[in-house]
Amino acid sequence: MIQIQGLNKTFTVPERASGLKETVRSVFKRQTRAIHAVRDLSFSVRPGEMVGYIGPNGAGKSTTIKIMSGILVPDSGTCDILGRTPWKQRKEHVRHIGVVFGQRSQLWWDVPVQDSFDLLRDIYRIGEKDYQVTLEQLTGVLDLGPLLQTPVRSLSLGQRMRCELAASLLHRPEILFLDEPTIGLDAVSKLAVRRFIRELNQEHGTTVILTTHDMHDIDALTRRILLIGQGRILYDGSLDDLRSRYEETDLERLAVMLYQEHQL
Amino acid sequence: MSHLAALLMPYRAAFRIRLQQNLQYRIAALAGIATQFFWGFMLIMVLEAFYRGSDAAPPMSMPQTAAYIWLQQAFLVFVALWYRDSEIFRLITTGQVAYELCRPTDLYLFWQARLLAQRLAGALLRCLPILLVALVMPRPYRLTLPAGPAAFGLFVLTLLTGLLVNVSISMFIYILTFVTLSPTGSMLLIGVAGELFAGLIIPLPLMPEWLQRILYCLPFRLAADLPFRVWSGHIPAAQALAGWGQQIAWLVILVVLGRLAMRRALTRLVIQGG
Repeated sequence: MIQIQGLNKTFTVPERASGLKETVRSVFKRQTRAIHAVRDLSFSVRPGEMVGYIGPNGAGKSTTIKIMSGILVPDSGTCDILGRTPWKQRKEHVRHIGVVFGQRSQLWWDVPVQDSFDLLRDIYRIGEKDYQVTLEQLTGVLDLGPLLQTPVRSLSLGQRMRCELAASLLHRPEILFLDEPTIGLDAVSKLAVRRFIRELNQEHGTTVILTTHDMHDIDALTRRILLIGQGRILYDGSLDDLRSRYEETDLERLAVMLYQEHQL
Repeated sequence: MSHLAALLMPYRAAFRIRLQQNLQYRIAALAGIATQFFWGFMLIMVLEAFYRGSDAAPPMSMPQTAAYIWLQQAFLVFVALWYRDSEIFRLITTGQVAYELCRPTDLYLFWQARLLAQRLAGALLRCLPILLVALVMPRPYRLTLPAGPAAFGLFVLTLLTGLLVNVSISMFIYILTFVTLSPTGSMLLIGVAGELFAGLIIPLPLMPEWLQRILYCLPFRLAADLPFRVWSGHIPAAQALAGWGQQIAWLVILVVLGRLAMRRALTRLVIQGG
């Protein structure tokens, strides 16, 4: 379903030492540094799988998600998702995937949630009947009823995240990419989001790839984790194996030990 | 639903939601109307003084000049390049554009539909009051009626095609923002140059001949100078049709170049953070 082979992406960032002298120097000669966001990245995901993608900040998680969603173009490597290359067949590809970036919003700020959903219906060219059925289901499961007529700006973060999830599922994608879907949520909202994702995966067989810093998300949702550090895959396996290997039950500490072992 | 209608659905939706949103900005339109009346008066007053102080026959008669100025003020949001969609700038500079890119739409067309709707909404709110009052002004401030039904028809045609040309020029400001990450520079540069080149500061026929010759080769005047002179008959029908051909040619060139530039900007895109 998803096959990634030897993916590389490098960003060039300007760099200079602090101080006036260095600032003047950089006017004439710009120093840049190459950051290898992902290096020789390879992995594959089967249909219906739920994969937790973890790693410290700046490890390359978001870059991978953005490449898989057709937003960024890698420098080299191949990526085959449902038989398509995301950045080459972007328009056809994105029809079959849903994306949630936890730190951004896809809903129109000033208008009621329903208007944003209606716009997405037109953007994805969803037939009215299918749209009503899907919307009704999502409204029921995510408890959106009272929220649909509310402008997005007056929603709480937890309410907004439930709407974001619904927005990315209106076109019934086969794959869902979740980039930090629980960031900033309170305990109740986190549980609601997790339950929803689990049910989505179990009942509709939606393939889910999820990045997070919350190990409890991983524990609650995924059997398989991918650890990425400095742009490379460092571990691909189950959380239980890690637990027994490190003889550690506390998930936060387990993550720290894992990062330390790989010198991240 | 026909195939074409389904194909165009996302762009119609973008157009509709922007139109609805912008038709709400009534206070902004009211302020715009007041400003444009003031500017129109001032420009006509200045030009009239020049006309009276000179013995040489003016390149454009006073009624034609008054029409030029009033149409320019009435349709300012059609022709001004500084009239912008700051939300698109925000999408680009904050990285929010990531979401726009995971939609099955052509981003160039999608944004063009938005920009078109914004300008149409702005003009719908502003043009009628200005035109109505200008039509009943005392001379020499009065807006004279179009030179004839043909001139009026060609005016509408060139005005609307000119709007498309203008939107295509303005797309470059947004595309450049992908590179510079700040809209200020390109906005100022293209905005100010465009204003002068379109004849919004001094009507084109009053400019020195060498400058006119250069400006006739550029697309900026096609959205403003051309339709406004077609109205008053300063540009006769045959020439107006040739102007329309020029508009179509420029439209094709600008859209092709804009799409290329956009594709290039997107392949080099970096979305930071989160």
